[in-house]
Amino acid sequence: MSDNLLKIKDLHVMYRTDDANIYAVNGVDLSLQKGKTLGLVGETGAGKTTLALSVMRLLPDNVGFVTGGSITFDEFEVMKLSEQDMRLLRGKDISMIFQDPMTSLNPIKTVGSQIDEVLELHHPEQSATERARQVDRMMEMVGIPANRKGEYPHQFSGGMKQRIVIAIALACNPKLLLADEPTTALDVTIQAQVLTMMNRLKSQLGTSMILITHDLGIVAQICDEVAIMYAGEIVEKGTVEDIFEGTVHHPYTVGLFGAIPNLKEKTRRLHPIEGLMPDPATLPQGCYFADRCEHCTVRCRSESPQMLRVGETHRVKCHLFCNQSGV
Amino acid sequence: MTATETVSASGLQAQERFKKYKKKSQFRTIWNRLKKNRLAMLGLIIFSVILIIVLGADLAFDYEADAIAQHLSQRFKHPSWQHLLGTDQYGRDLLARVIYGGRISLFVGIATICVSLTMGIVIGASAAYYGGWVDNVLMRFTDMFLAIPHTLMALTLVAALGNSMLNLILAMGLSNTPRMSRLVRSAVLGITEQDYVKAARSCGAKDSRIIFRHILPNAIGPILVQATQTVARSVLTISALSFIGLGISEPTPEWGAMLSEAKSQMRYHANLAVAPGVAIITSVLSLTLLGDGLRDALDPRLKN
Amino acid sequence: MGVPLIQTKNLKKFFNTPYGLLHAVDDINISINKGQTLGVVGESGCGKSTLGQLMLRLLEPTSGEILFEGDNILNYSPAQMNEMRRKMQIIFQDPFASLNPRMTVSEIIAEPLKVFNVYKKKNDMLARVFELMETVGLAERFVNTYPHELDGGRRQRIGVARALALDPKFIVCDEPVSALDVSIQAQILNLLMDLQDSQGFTYMFITHDLSVVKHISSNIAVMYLGQCVEFSDTDGLFDSPLHPYTCGLLESIPIPSLKHRKELHVMEGEVVSPIDPKPGCRFAPRCPDAKAQCTECSVPLKEVSPGHFVSCIKYL
Repeated sequence: MSDNLLKIKDLHVMYRTDDANIYAVNGVDLSLQKGKTLGLVGETGAGKTTLALSVMRLLPDNVGFVTGGSITFDEFEVMKLSEQDMRLLRGKDISMIFQDPMTSLNPIKTVGSQIDEVLELHHPEQSATERARQVDRMMEMVGIPANRKGEYPHQFSGGMKQRIVIAIALACNPKLLLADEPTTALDVTIQAQVLTMMNRLKSQLGTSMILITHDLGIVAQICDEVAIMYAGEIVEKGTVEDIFEGTVHHPYTVGLFGAIPNLKEKTRRLHPIEGLMPDPATLPQGCYFADRCEHCTVRCRSESPQMLRVGETHRVKCHLFCNQSGV
Repeated sequence: MTATETVSASGLQAQERFKKYKKKSQFRTIWNRLKKNRLAMLGLIIFSVILIIVLGADLAFDYEADAIAQHLSQRFKHPSWQHLLGTDQYGRDLLARVIYGGRISLFVGIATICVSLTMGIVIGASAAYYGGWVDNVLMRFTDMFLAIPHTLMALTLVAALGNSMLNLILAMGLSNTPRMSRLVRSAVLGITEQDYVKAARSCGAKDSRIIFRHILPNAIGPILVQATQTVARSVLTISALSFIGLGISEPTPEWGAMLSEAKSQMRYHANLAVAPGVAIITSVLSLTLLGDGLRDALDPRLKN
Repeated sequence: MGVPLIQTKNLKKFFNTPYGLLHAVDDINISINKGQTLGVVGESGCGKSTLGQLMLRLLEPTSGEILFEGDNILNYSPAQMNEMRRKMQIIFQDPFASLNPRMTVSEIIAEPLKVFNVYKKKNDMLARVFELMETVGLAERFVNTYPHELDGGRRQRIGVARALALDPKFIVCDEPVSALDVSIQAQILNLLMDLQDSQGFTYMFITHDLSVVKHISSNIAVMYLGQCVEFSDTDGLFDSPLHPYTCGLLESIPIPSLKHRKELHVMEGEVVSPIDPKPGCRFAPRCPDAKAQCTECSVPLKEVSPGHFVSCIKYL
């Protein structure tokens, strides 16, 4: 489909440390269409951040390696690009924002100059005045008065710092925005402000987004598609209707929903998922979720499940649904 | 009383259950990390060799005969099997003097650390833990001393107190104390804010227990590293002091003093300067490499 | 009907900063009955963590009273206060920073026992450590491991075990699950609730997450900039929130359900630090229903329906 902005195929990523090899991403297939928002959901250690960093080719040197698969962004083979070409892509066509607004900004440069920096890098043809106008425009867009562009990051609150980070990320109107838990460190009322703003900007600028989060509430509010990640694999993916209103789910997804304290309903006891995610250095044979799954069978422990079709757009990686589809 | 009996009965079992699980020694983890740093291991090996040679000197040489007594007939001999590095202007074996000189340097170096470490911990930990006016007063005194160049201060103290081994140690210990206090203070400050210190306080622990059981063991990393650097710096300072005649006096062998004497002889008998010089460089370098390696290995960023 | 185990009366804590007087906790009057949980909810800068530490006298209040079983603990001598420590404990938020990295699991859990010299024999102490580990669901084999070798959920269980060691009556839980993954959060919350059922602990549960507090609390106090703006039983608060801040807070939370997919209610403005606050309602600058009188005088907490208190001009 030429409509696909991003296509990840069978991606494998590994970290090589002194003690062991860590298999962070194990065979991920994912695609994203133009203008859509994908929610990448998972817990700590699932590999979501690694996946995003791989798309940007920002894995730590000499430690993180892509050991298989391909990433295609807008007809470019990301893995085959030179570092120079990759640098042209970053900030201009693909941008990333991170969780902690405190450390994402340079404390000794004014916020205006930091937005200007990315414009200067990618639009050398523009004059300083044109860039200044664009900086003002970006600041207004994220809801910060343009006359504050001469101030330093420490003069802003956490929520405003995150808005500045978003302004920098969107300054060159990228096609794809990778947002790694952008509101986790913010208060819930500020989170609502920032999410609403991101939604508005997205539709205004037509940006596609991959939103990494562990909060299913946020996913329900602003995502079009969802992919659930566990131990480096996508175990379930589909549209937001498939995930929230579908009838069949991966046991992990069921567990996640069961473990969330529910604001609207009255439940007394929560239903946690017993056990822990497997150690990414020593992944078991067969299905990675087998140890924690109440539907685990002998087959699950020896054979890794395939990604099976349970709906038009809905896929689940589990042996339970073998009968419902062809492979 | 049955309650205590039951506890005791299961208590005996408890200790056996406890013994089943071995504690992963923290030293082992640190050692493993240190082993991977090749430069640090090199430093450790070299320094160990120096230590062994210096401590075992009496096996090969006799202090009085070889290093002190003058044999004027043997002056300025070239390196030979009898005198591996040759002899100096008084006919004394150069190698023996270098090795015995090492004893002095290292002994004074280690003694200096003991003084500055003890005083530094007392001052720094008190300042950081109690804060307020205690911190202010102690730190202003420290600042005063920090403003004086370290070597100059050692020099002045020795000149004032008199030229003896004890005074030398005291002088150097005192001149190193301000730096050590500052270091301990910042290490302790960082730790005092941590939740586990608050937790200890909420368990009712007294100040002394908190400082010795919770704070200092976690601050030991940067302190230890600074300690190795202090030994290195002491070696240099003693040499410097002896060079200008204020440290160890003749005929006791000492690297700096030997360098000073060799000044006039360097043109024709370079070995007299090169030998102690190389000794200084090697010890200081090996200690610095070891210190750097220790800092990386002790790094309490054990978050995995 | 319950007997209050712990109460505060006009509790205040102010800090001197270079910018002015910071009103961290300003005139808090709460009461927690035996065996119940008070949820203290608020965002950053509201003073909830400070309140938690004040309850244990880890910080000294500027003024006010804290009554434990009727006695004002602020009048206690250091020796009496030390004895009090056995009855009140705290669980911290960060399961890494709250454990001494140089101590093993058993040493951490045994620390309160050692400080108070509870067991003369080492055997007995170890037996108690094993008992506590079992209670919180920590496998025996972790007894000699270090915190950094374990994951967040297990580390937090160590924190719980340590808090239980002296058989306290009252436990302050300062955001104990905020740093944990959702599935582990649920495990720890269930553990805390089970312990309360079986051993009758009284909790003060501090959090910013309204959905978590709904499960575990019998009563909830909503804090904003050092003041309590609403106080009610849990059902009452969620069924009919009264204070505009509480309403705004509830509506800002994204619900994991498509049925409730709507524009998130956006509360304008930012939370500011409560330094030298002006008279009147502190929420007025952000309140959609603010009137002129709101900034003139403060409104004390008023009981609007049985057990439901709110501090807002709308209900005077």
